[in-house]
Amino acid sequence: MAGEFGKPQVIEEEVDILLIGGGMACCGAAYEIMRWADAAKKEMGIDLKIKLVDKAAMDRSGAVAQGLSAINTYIGTEQDPADYARMVSNDLMGITRDDLAYDLGRHVDESVHLFEEWGLPIWKTDENGERHDGSKGLPALKDGGKPVRSGKWQIMINGESYKWIVAEAAKKALGMDRIQERIFIVKLVNDKNDPNRVAGAVGFSTRDHTVHVYKFKACLLAAGGCVNLFRPRSVGEGQGRAWYPVWNAGSTYAMAAEAGAELTMMENRFVPARFKDGYGPVGAWFLLFKAKAVNALGEVYMDRNKEMLNDYPPYGLAAVPASCLRNHLMLKEMKEGRGPIYMDTVSALAKLRETLSPREVKHLEAEAWEDFLDMCIGQCGIWVGENIEPEKKNSELMPTEPYLLGSHSGCCGIWVSGPDDLGAPKAEEHAEASKVPGHLPSGWSWGYRSMTTVKGLFTAGDGVGASGHKFSSGSHAEGRICAKSMVKFCIDNKDWKPELDTDVSTLVDQIYQPVRTYLEHKDYTTAIDINPHYITPKMLQYRLQKIMDEYVAGVATYYTTNAHMLKVAEEKLEMLKEDAMKMRAKDLHELLRAWENYHRIITAEAHMKHIQFREESRYPGFYYRMDKNFVDEENWKCFVNSIYDKTTHKWTVFKRKHVDLVDKSKLFKAAAH
Amino acid sequence: MPTFVRTDKCDGCKGQDKTACMYICPHDLMMLDKDGSATGHAMKAYNQEPEQCWECYSCVKICPQQAIEARHYADIVPLGGSVQPLRGTDSIMWTIKFRNGTLKRFKFPIRTTPEGSINPFGGKPEAKMENITKSGFFNQENGYRAGNPAELIRK
Repeated sequence: MAGEFGKPQVIEEEVDILLIGGGMACCGAAYEIMRWADAAKKEMGIDLKIKLVDKAAMDRSGAVAQGLSAINTYIGTEQDPADYARMVSNDLMGITRDDLAYDLGRHVDESVHLFEEWGLPIWKTDENGERHDGSKGLPALKDGGKPVRSGKWQIMINGESYKWIVAEAAKKALGMDRIQERIFIVKLVNDKNDPNRVAGAVGFSTRDHTVHVYKFKACLLAAGGCVNLFRPRSVGEGQGRAWYPVWNAGSTYAMAAEAGAELTMMENRFVPARFKDGYGPVGAWFLLFKAKAVNALGEVYMDRNKEMLNDYPPYGLAAVPASCLRNHLMLKEMKEGRGPIYMDTVSALAKLRETLSPREVKHLEAEAWEDFLDMCIGQCGIWVGENIEPEKKNSELMPTEPYLLGSHSGCCGIWVSGPDDLGAPKAEEHAEASKVPGHLPSGWSWGYRSMTTVKGLFTAGDGVGASGHKFSSGSHAEGRICAKSMVKFCIDNKDWKPELDTDVSTLVDQIYQPVRTYLEHKDYTTAIDINPHYITPKMLQYRLQKIMDEYVAGVATYYTTNAHMLKVAEEKLEMLKEDAMKMRAKDLHELLRAWENYHRIITAEAHMKHIQFREESRYPGFYYRMDKNFVDEENWKCFVNSIYDKTTHKWTVFKRKHVDLVDKSKLFKAAAH
Repeated sequence: MPTFVRTDKCDGCKGQDKTACMYICPHDLMMLDKDGSATGHAMKAYNQEPEQCWECYSCVKICPQQAIEARHYADIVPLGGSVQPLRGTDSIMWTIKFRNGTLKRFKFPIRTTPEGSINPFGGKPEAKMENITKSGFFNQENGYRAGNPAELIRK
């Protein structure tokens, strides 16, 4: 019998492995894990109990919920995983883990081949070089079919049902009795006998009055990146039109940090330059339709400002300069008054039409619209509202508010153990090695692949830091890599029993505190939202967004900050974190928003602390520390990592050494001066 | 473009406890107003937090009555346009109406296999425990890229 509002029923369950999240990473894990669990049972007689919990419905959860028009990571037979690792590194200004990128590059195509087998239509090029959509029966990729490349690594798809298809396979592999939807996990619980180990997780149902307490040996925490921690450019109805999904609340980073996991590169952010307001994708326009981005005078700013790339060797000198530097060149135009910036769709389509038949022109128009309709319908909404037909009228581009993520063109996240066969460092050898807290492992490969520095805690997708550019397919593959090593971990720990470091009633009290605060104080005032005893989750979010926007290099300051502004942000965030203890929840929906925003605050604090620690501006175009407005290769070509103490609420930030496992010099032309 | 529910079409999924739109919304936005106390329309669904709507159209696409549409974000977009899908089992049709009345229609494939037909492990090998710490997945579908060992400069 379910509880009632404020008095939830408590459901306790013990499993071997808990998968937290239902996006691409957990769908990958759900698929791969059952084969290994079956093998463990058959060969060793070990019967693993596995469960997946998702705060939404798997058919449409995670970043791919709406669909996608491309798979952005497909290596193919012509490229080497080392080429992929090189690209990832340069796009993220040189500081990534080659071991993680390379390993992903080895594995990712296996997942893409499965997607196609399951029914995802993948565009193909025929022997005459003509493009066809994925329903025309051309040979599959695994049988040598030629994809339509919209870039060196991207392939075009008819991807409206991408997530639906991937979820169907995951649900069937796992079985619905191992899946629970609409459970929002709020925190991980450490082990009673080992504070550096996870033993459980606790969350609640957004559909009935139940709190769920899970005990486990291992868990995969893959609950996405962080969106809307900065004030978005649109603050009315349009604030939901975030570029990355609005439901990505930083839960992965916050829960891992509170469990003691080492975070990495949390100073990194992604500021995508996208079609203004709708945030429609630009990749196909640049790479497939060969459009140019221009200033208001029609000048191509990447050409006009190309000398600026020489200021950032070697990253600006690659054939494709780092994403942040492309923003850097765009921002110059905006700041010097030559905006708006446009995607010149008119010239691009006119040029393409010169050589195409009327049938091909019609196909081209459909392709251009499908690019949005598959993954960003809101952009079409703007085009129809503003009467924009791309062949007749150019569309504005704009850099967005900052996002934190580890799977797209960003690399913040959690420090994980990498593969041991690629030459990654095993020891910590650098001048500041003594500042790495003693309980943390040395080197990049200390045990189970994809395990964090907390025993039993694994992550994938947006959760894995210092890599990036894995996208949908790579996140799926990374989830599968986790699945294998979690099974191994559970076999090796088969007799270990998890014990929670906090008793269940305390955990329930903590989670339901916002509800109790509301019930206790709601009759104190006549206005439900204005009450000195509590703060609504919405106002908590607005305050966070204002602090981050104005002091931590949001759009309000053209992405600039300095040590003084960060100091102010530090104080304001501390008070905000204290006030989060007074969040109210008037219903289950608001309880969801309350804890999502708590996760955003912890994530935002990590972001701020890392920017404060890194005394340079590593990502010009994404953020600038105006007091340290340079890239300092000598002192800062290193990882910035941190741990959080959930008892003292304090961060410890430190350096780890960066090394190259593949030669990066192949990317660069000689500096122009 | 927050979604909205048309009173003339929504049937509250015929009195079931949970509507299709509630089931699918990734951001927990759709609610069934059972007694009409929230909207004045009993047994009809509504978007309880339109400013959190990502416009992913999951609710629009799944609604069995085609009762859900989207009205473009009023703080950004001029009124009058509409983008409406009809999602079938193998394709999706879009009707796109501009503010100035221009109309476009597109149809795109969405999957090449019947819905529900995926046999995840059909024809696939079993996993072998001897491989659990090796690189690669339980199955190899011609997609594992071993890489040129000469590229690894620290090995």
